[in-house]
Amino acid sequence: MAIRTLASKQTLIRCAAASPVLRQGRGLQTFSLPDLPYDYGELEPAISGEIMKIHHQKHHQTYITNYNKALEQLEEAMAKGDSSKVVGLQSAIKFNGGGHVNHSIFWKNLAPAHKGGGEPPHAALGWAIDTNFGSLEILEKIVNAEGAALQGSGWVWLALDKELKKLRIETTANQDPLVTKGLQLVPLLGIDVWEHAYYLQYKNVRPDYLNNIWKVINWKYASEVYEKEVA
Amino acid sequence: MGFPLALPSSRHPPPLASHGLRSSSIDSPKLVLRKRCLCQSRRSLKVVAYYGLTTPPYEFDALEPYMSKRTLEVHWGKHHREYVEGLNKQLANSPVLYGYTLEELIRATYNNGNPLPEFNNAAQVWNHDFFWESMQPGGGKMPSGGLLEQIVKDFVNPEEKKLSIVRTSNAVCPLVWRDFPIIGLDVWEHAYYLDYKDDREDYVNTFMNHLVSWHAATARILRAQAFVNLGEPKIPVA
Repeated sequence: MAIRTLASKQTLIRCAAASPVLRQGRGLQTFSLPDLPYDYGELEPAISGEIMKIHHQKHHQTYITNYNKALEQLEEAMAKGDSSKVVGLQSAIKFNGGGHVNHSIFWKNLAPAHKGGGEPPHAALGWAIDTNFGSLEILEKIVNAEGAALQGSGWVWLALDKELKKLRIETTANQDPLVTKGLQLVPLLGIDVWEHAYYLQYKNVRPDYLNNIWKVINWKYASEVYEKEVA
Repeated sequence: MGFPLALPSSRHPPPLASHGLRSSSIDSPKLVLRKRCLCQSRRSLKVVAYYGLTTPPYEFDALEPYMSKRTLEVHWGKHHREYVEGLNKQLANSPVLYGYTLEELIRATYNNGNPLPEFNNAAQVWNHDFFWESMQPGGGKMPSGGLLEQIVKDFVNPEEKKLSIVRTSNAVCPLVWRDFPIIGLDVWEHAYYLDYKDDREDYVNTFMNHLVSWHAATARILRAQAFVNLGEPKIPVA
């Protein structure tokens, strides 16, 4: 449910901007590429404009396109009662839908320095980080270590366990969204460690990418999410 | 191919002789397979096994314009090298896992689907060796001879096909199922991103049309034939 709500808010906002059509009549929602709240080059030198452009316009768009296709096929299969097709589509939905969910969060997790990027978290989230990890530096170290150690493609997350009201660091493989590690987990911060997220700039040196990305992390957004959940 | 090269080394290297060269009782590295030194004395020879970074069988710019020199430099010089060095480091601390050929090591560390930490490095070393050798300058075009026959046979009669196309994730390769890899194509983003950015389709098409080494594929299938029956032998009737 959360996934659809996130996407539908986006779609409603972008509706006016002549994006692909909302087929609300049939009950099937089509998703479209959310705009970034900053220009492609504004995250330099942490992340190059070239990477941001391809990452957004090509990779994320592809996930959305394929997600929409998979959902259409799912609707057909469900209407026909074709169970093996329904189940067979799950991996395409998890992969492409997950890609859309994850990247939508990722763009909001980033901000240029003059819009708050890199500014450490204060208030509730700041205290929670100190309580759960000791300090922001320690959190960053753990995230960097987990991100560097991740084999292949995946994501590193700062998650809120909303049942235990605790913060946790998690990794997911490929485009698995955070909820695959626990339905009670809310993503505060996600860092994409697929090679496409850094290769043109950092080549094989993923640790450098991780060290630098903290300069453009938008803690304001993470704080908002956190405060809403623990309220 | 990576192979175990055992270099007898002592903790205290012999002193320099007057001519400035180290005198050693062993002049050149000897190939020692599965030999473990049981000597406990600290001053005795300690046998260690290492895997080497083999170079692709062509110059780094030989695959241009289909795969750039820069890609070869980073892919081989950084990624592949890191896997080799990582593996050797892990093996230095593992008294059990040495003396294997690389293929045996992969199967052992795959551990039937519950891989040991060394698996990733071992498999990736092998995968990349195999990948470089799956390509050649002036590659692509059509396979010929027995390989082409087998491909056509499989297409015409898919129920009895011997060849198949498999996708594996991360480091997994068909060796773990005791299958015989014929061609390997690396589709990790690092393999194509510098040259093709996100356009994996273009990269794969280019590989098939301009890079794949059908010579290597044929040699591999010939070797595989020694293990797998690819057809009934023609036994003349007396």
